[in-house]
Formats: sequence, structure tokens, C-alpha cells
Amino acid sequence: MATSETSNIKRLQVRRFKPEENPKSTYLTEETGIWAWMTTVDHKKIGLMYLASILFFFFVGGTLALLLRTELLTPAQSFITADTYNQIFTLHGAIMVFFFLVPSVPAALGNFVLPLQLGCKDVAFPRVNLLSYYIYVIGAVFTLIAIFTGGVDTGWTFYTPYSATTGGNVMMMTLGVFILGFSSILTGVNFIVTIHRLRSPGQTWNKISLFLWSLYATSIIQILATPVLAITLLLLTMERALHIGIFDPALGGDPVLYQHFFWFYSHPAVYIMIVPGFGIVSEIISTFSRKHIFGYWAIALSSLAIAFIGFLVWGHHMFTAGQSSLANMVFSFLTFLVGIPTGIKIFNWVATMYKGSIDMKTPMLYIMAFLFLFMIGGFTGIMLGSLAVDIHLHDTYYVVAHFHYVMMGGMVMAFLGGLHYWWPKMFGKMYNEFWARIACVVIFIGFNLTFLPQFVMGSMGMPRRYFNYLEQFQGYHQASTYGSYILGIGFLIIAAYLLHSLLRGKKAPPNPWGSRAMEWQTSSPPSLHNYEHTPVVINGPYDYHKPMSEFQLGIEGSHNGHGEHQHTETKTVEADK
Amino acid sequence: MNRLSDFMLPPANSTFAAETDALFNFINVVSLILLIGITVTMIYFAIKYRRKSEDDTTPLITHNSKLEITWSVIPLILVMIVFGWGYNGYLTKTNAPDNAYEIRAIAKSWLWEFHYQTGHVSVNELHVPANRPVKMIISSDDVLHSFYIPEFRVKMDAVPNRYTSVWFEAIEPGEAILYCAEYCGSAHSNMLADVVIHSQEDFETWLETGDAIDDDLSPVELGEQLVQRQGCLACHSTDGSTLQGPTFQGIFGRDRLLTDGSTVTVDENYIRQSIIEPNTQVAEGFAPIMPTYAGSLNDRQIDAIIEYLKTLD
Repeated sequence: MATSETSNIKRLQVRRFKPEENPKSTYLTEETGIWAWMTTVDHKKIGLMYLASILFFFFVGGTLALLLRTELLTPAQSFITADTYNQIFTLHGAIMVFFFLVPSVPAALGNFVLPLQLGCKDVAFPRVNLLSYYIYVIGAVFTLIAIFTGGVDTGWTFYTPYSATTGGNVMMMTLGVFILGFSSILTGVNFIVTIHRLRSPGQTWNKISLFLWSLYATSIIQILATPVLAITLLLLTMERALHIGIFDPALGGDPVLYQHFFWFYSHPAVYIMIVPGFGIVSEIISTFSRKHIFGYWAIALSSLAIAFIGFLVWGHHMFTAGQSSLANMVFSFLTFLVGIPTGIKIFNWVATMYKGSIDMKTPMLYIMAFLFLFMIGGFTGIMLGSLAVDIHLHDTYYVVAHFHYVMMGGMVMAFLGGLHYWWPKMFGKMYNEFWARIACVVIFIGFNLTFLPQFVMGSMGMPRRYFNYLEQFQGYHQASTYGSYILGIGFLIIAAYLLHSLLRGKKAPPNPWGSRAMEWQTSSPPSLHNYEHTPVVINGPYDYHKPMSEFQLGIEGSHNGHGEHQHTETKTVEADK
Repeated sequence: MNRLSDFMLPPANSTFAAETDALFNFINVVSLILLIGITVTMIYFAIKYRRKSEDDTTPLITHNSKLEITWSVIPLILVMIVFGWGYNGYLTKTNAPDNAYEIRAIAKSWLWEFHYQTGHVSVNELHVPANRPVKMIISSDDVLHSFYIPEFRVKMDAVPNRYTSVWFEAIEPGEAILYCAEYCGSAHSNMLADVVIHSQEDFETWLETGDAIDDDLSPVELGEQLVQRQGCLACHSTDGSTLQGPTFQGIFGRDRLLTDGSTVTVDENYIRQSIIEPNTQVAEGFAPIMPTYAGSLNDRQIDAIIEYLKTLD
């Protein structure tokens, strides 16, 4: 490393700072009041505001899903009309993807954890961080207006020419998503700069957590892919409003061009959603196995590999769209390549458990569920990547099931794992471990009952987005609907015990899991500026063979090695102690 | 293991379905082996290495290059097999034999229209011969649709302003279902067609006689059959309920308010006009979305539909 040249070495006088057990002043007790929260630049508070918002949208999207499933109990119409059904599935998809999945881990959990894991006071641009939250809110308001002024029935993909000709308020909705994109871009920029510039003294690139690596990879995708979505939606709006022919064949446009544009964002967006989840898995597996992560660089670099290859596979959404055989072949080939780094991660995670000291607490339980469900999502992805088979399975319930296994079985499980893992740090309260495990098991059962039958239906030929269906599929649809109710109950249990924890929860110690990661070396909840000292890093976040005391070192003063000490990043700490 | 794909897949009735199914099966079996293997390992580790005391120490194992290479290369080989196999099967599905019988399929919201080489037209009913390659030339009159016959394992989008194609060779006479697989609006899930697979001789007979069999029917009976066959019922009910279009019940002789504010009486001419040029006089409260039947219904058939509607009080 360039920083270890002799001329740059400066010895730092460090001492141990044990995290305070029952901190009097925390970020939750400072700067209270609604106005203070609304104008806060504290990354932790912004993270919590994001968390509340995405949980709200998860609730809305989930309720919509239950309505859909209830309608599908019988083959014919039961309680809503076809048009209402079409609007509901559009909103379910759009809300879950754009308002929950994309911001869930980076903007909510990431915002809270990232500066803590870097040992800095805040992200690099705290005001931009607040701005990104308000842009998210404005985007959400546009979407809500769209829902109440005509609704949208295009599907979350807004495929032309249908979206250019159908009624409803498509423009308001696409503008909402357009605005939302800027929030995502700003978060990405903020994270990249923060990780580059605000690492603690001694925290070289091989000493940052894998969660940070995953956020770093995600941020790159956010910055590069989101503008394409913005352009696409803007073109779509122009077409609807000004009748400029771009995608609508009636105006001389090309509908398949829209699909290319849309998936050029939306396929990488799948990795925006899942890669941060990978980061959480690495953190939790290592912590609860109390063991060094296996293959640190393999996991870190595979995130970057996924981010890169993920840009080159969008065409696999269009195998039946009339694309040339050559394009189909290339996209199919690249799709299989993206499976390799993902597989590498799974093997490394399982290998981390080998000879560990495994504590099956709630977060770890969610990660076990994640691994199992995500593997099914991955294998069925291989199925769909294979050209001959995809011709049969494309646009059927098989795709719906695959997508939910990746997004819900993968991402949501990782998110829940992360939420339970960082909950004590966020609020300084423990939750009821017994009920948390029960909820995890209920969700696991409900999830599989909901989506396993969909693989079977899809293989049999049940197309997606069908309001009515043939009677031969009814048994599977019913199983799926009952599964979704169980899933719903699981989430209600979570809501109940988390609320209880907030109000009456036991006080959490600073480091309830015995983790070596940096965010656990400050009080729970952390003080307004995270650390009262400047943390100094001499070990990696997974060095469980080193004593805890070596992870609590720092220097007096909370300038975090920045400000008056402009050149701290060029100093190296004496690392052999 | 074939049981799994037999259970999951619909009956196979095209020459290349078996290859698709074999690949489906292969991926399922390999995936299941890996899934079970990794899951069992995971659970075994979780039990064997469960935390015994808070002072547990763990060995420092940071990485193992040999292992990393093994679990990168083996999956790489597996996915390359799947890729090659899948591409090969796809090529078979894309390249239609030169002697294929061509049928034009036109997708409209929300029906399928099929034009045969004899000039014959059928709606929501695709007639194909068995044991002879059939090539479908697909297009759309409005938005995206997708031509999907699960039993043949084929699917191809119908794109406006462009022709796409798909081919298949059915093995046995029988029936199958054609679905629209690309979301296309309100009645997307009603956009189904029956696929009738004839033996070669029957297919020739059907092409020659076609509608002639209808000659024996009275106009009302023929009209009743036509509104079913032509896909009218996807949007127009006969029991008074409102779907995407006005109900047929009691429609004849009624005064109807149009979107332009004028009123017409539903008589023979209005019905004929609505079938040939559906969107010139649209009933108030409905969208101008009905596709035209000009060219696919002859005068005798339109007469029959009018006679049938008169009977629906």
C-alpha cells in the first residue's frame, strides 16, 4: 500500500475507549422535537426516517398483495373488477420495487450503519443526505396523487405502447419514480465519497466491512443505472404529453426500444436491491459464528463483479420479444456468468460457519432462511437464463415465483436479519427473542407455501398478471393465497414485538452479540456524533482471534482524524500491537 | 426424477418439447442435489459447531484458494452445459423448416385472429395439422401481446408494426390452449384461444369446408356460436353484467347514448356498423377499444349475430 511508505509513517498515541453502558446522552435524546427531526442532518435520524417510510410502504404494498391473492382464491371474479385488479398489481409492484426494495437496505440500514462502521461523525454530505430523503418523500407524494387521481394499470414495467395509450394517471406515476431516482443517485454519491474519504485512521480497504463493500458496489450501480431510468421515463412522459413518437408504433416509435431502456436500468436495479443484502449476510454470519469471514476478498470482489456483469444482462428479459438469435445467445451467456460470483458468495458464507461457534439467534435464523430461499431463487434463475426453457417459462408464474424468491426470500430475509441485528444499536432496546424466532419460522413457512405452488403453476403454463384463470390451477392458487395469509400473520407478530420492544424493551448493552465490527464499539444507541473519540483501526472487522480490547482503540477528540488533521489518511498506525 | 417434470410440466405435444423438458429436468435435478447438499451442510455446521459457551474460540481460517477455484470452476462448467444445451434447443425452436405451413396470427385487444393460406379466417380458434411443421407469422394491431401454447413449449410476443414468428410441429391430434402471455389490459386474462390439432386429412377437410358446416344452423343458432367463437363474450356479457363493453342483454331496439352526446337506436345498421367500424359510434361510459371484424366476418355471419342479439331480452 502506498500509505505504508516510510516517509508517511506517523506514530499515533492510542488508548482504549470502552463503550459506555448506559449512555445519558444519545442521538435519540439530543435534538428532539419534530422540527429538529425534520431538519436533522444526522445520518442516524435520517436512516430512521427512511426506515419508517419504507416500512410504511412495505405495509401498503403487502396489503395490496393480500388483496390480489384473495381475489385469486377463485378462478372467476370474486370481489374486485379486472381493472381494479390490474391497478392493484401495478401498485404492488411499483411500490415494493421503487419505494421499499431499492431504498430498504442502502437508505435505511445503510444510512444508519455506514458512518458507524467507518468511525466518522456522519456521511460526507449530510445536507445532501437530508435532501435525498425529501426527494424520496416528494416522489412518494407524486405516486400517491397518481393512485388517487385515476390510478395506473400498466404493470410496474410501464411497457409501451400500452402505457402510452391506457387511461389513468400514468404521467404522475412515472414522474414520481423519476423524482425518486434522484434520491437514489444522491445516496449513491454520498456513500461512495464517504467510503473513500472518511475512513478512520488505519482503516485501509482490507479493513472495511463487507457490508461497506456491498454498499460501495450498490452505489456504483445506482449512479450509473438510475439516470437511464430517468431518461426513459422522461421520454415516456414526453410521448404521452406531447405525442413525440419514441416508443409508440402508432407515432412511428419502437416498443422494443422501451424494453431495452427499461431493463438497462431495471436489471441492474435488481442488484441494487440484493447486493446490500449480501453485505448484511456477511456481517451476521461472521458475528454469530464468532469467526473470521471465509474469503474476504472473494466476497468483496464478487460484489463488484456482480455490479459490473449485472449491467450486461438486461436482454434476458426479452428472449421472447423478437430479439435476434445472436442477441439472445449473448445475453443468455452473460446471464450465466453473473451466477458464478453469486455462487462463490454462498460457498464462502457456508464455509465461514465451519468450525465456528454458532449462536442461532434471530438474525442468524433469518440468514439461514435467506441462504435456503436465495439458493432456490438462484437455481430457478439458471432455469430462466436457459434459452429453450425460458421460451416456455417466460411471463408465467414461474417468473413471479423466481422473482419473489430472490427479492423476498433473499432481500427481505436479509433486511429482516439486518433489522434484528442492528435494532439494539438503533434504539438501545432488546426485543423478545422467543417471539422473534417464532415470527421467523412463521414467515419461512408462509413464504414457501405462497411461492412454491407458483413454480408448479408457472411450469404448467399459468401466465402472470391474470385476473381470471382456468380451473385446473385453482388448487395451487388457493395454497398460495393461504400461504400469503400466514406470511401476513408473521409480519404482524414482528410489528407487535418490535413495538413492545420500543416501549418496554430491556435495555441493550453496547455489544449484545459480541461482534468485532466497529459499530458495536460505541454505546447503544450511539451518541449524537457516534464516537466521543476518534477510533483507530488496527484489525479487520472479522478478526475474532484478536481480543476485544484491540477493537476499542482511539485517540482523544472527536475530529475523527479529519478537520484540523487534514492528512490523517496518509498516516499509518503502528499495527503490531 | 422424471416424475418431477411430469408433475410440473403440461403434456408435451410438439416435436421439440421433449428436448426442452429434458433440459428442465436436468437443471432441476442438478439444482436439487446442490440445494440439498448445501442446506444439509449448513444445518450440520449449525448443529455441530453450535455455541457451547460464551468463551468459545474459533480457529483463524481466512481463505483457501484451492477451494475458491473449485467452487468457481465446477459451477462454471455446469452453467456452460446448461447454456449450450439451452441455446441448441432455442435454435431448433427459432429455425422453421422450409416446408412449414404458414398461418398468420393477428393479436387484437382482446382476441386472436388466424388467417390461413386458403383465405379462411378463424377467431379465437387455431386449427393446425398434426405431424406437419406449422409456422405462425405473428403481429399485433394495438399493444404488445404474446402467443403462448404451453403444450408446444412455444412463446413469441406479438409486436405492433413488426412481424415475429414461431413454429411447431404437433405430434398428436387433440386440443390445447393458447394464452396471451404479455399483459395487455382489462381482458388480458380472457384472451385465450382454443388450439384444435387435426390429423392431416381432417385439417384439409376443415380448410375446404370451414364454415360450410354452419350451413345447417339457423341464423340464431349460428349467431350464438359466432359470439362465442369470435371472442365477443370476452367483453360483452349476455346476462346484463357490465364488462369492458355494453352487455348484449336487451340490446336490440334500445336507445343508446354515445360518447359524442348523440343518441342512436340499436338497430341492424348500428350493430353492423359497430362490428365493421367499432370505434365510430362508441357507447357512453366505454372506451373505444374494440377491434374491427371487417374481413373476418362475412355478411351472412353478421346477419346471424344480429338475429341472435334480437333474441336476448
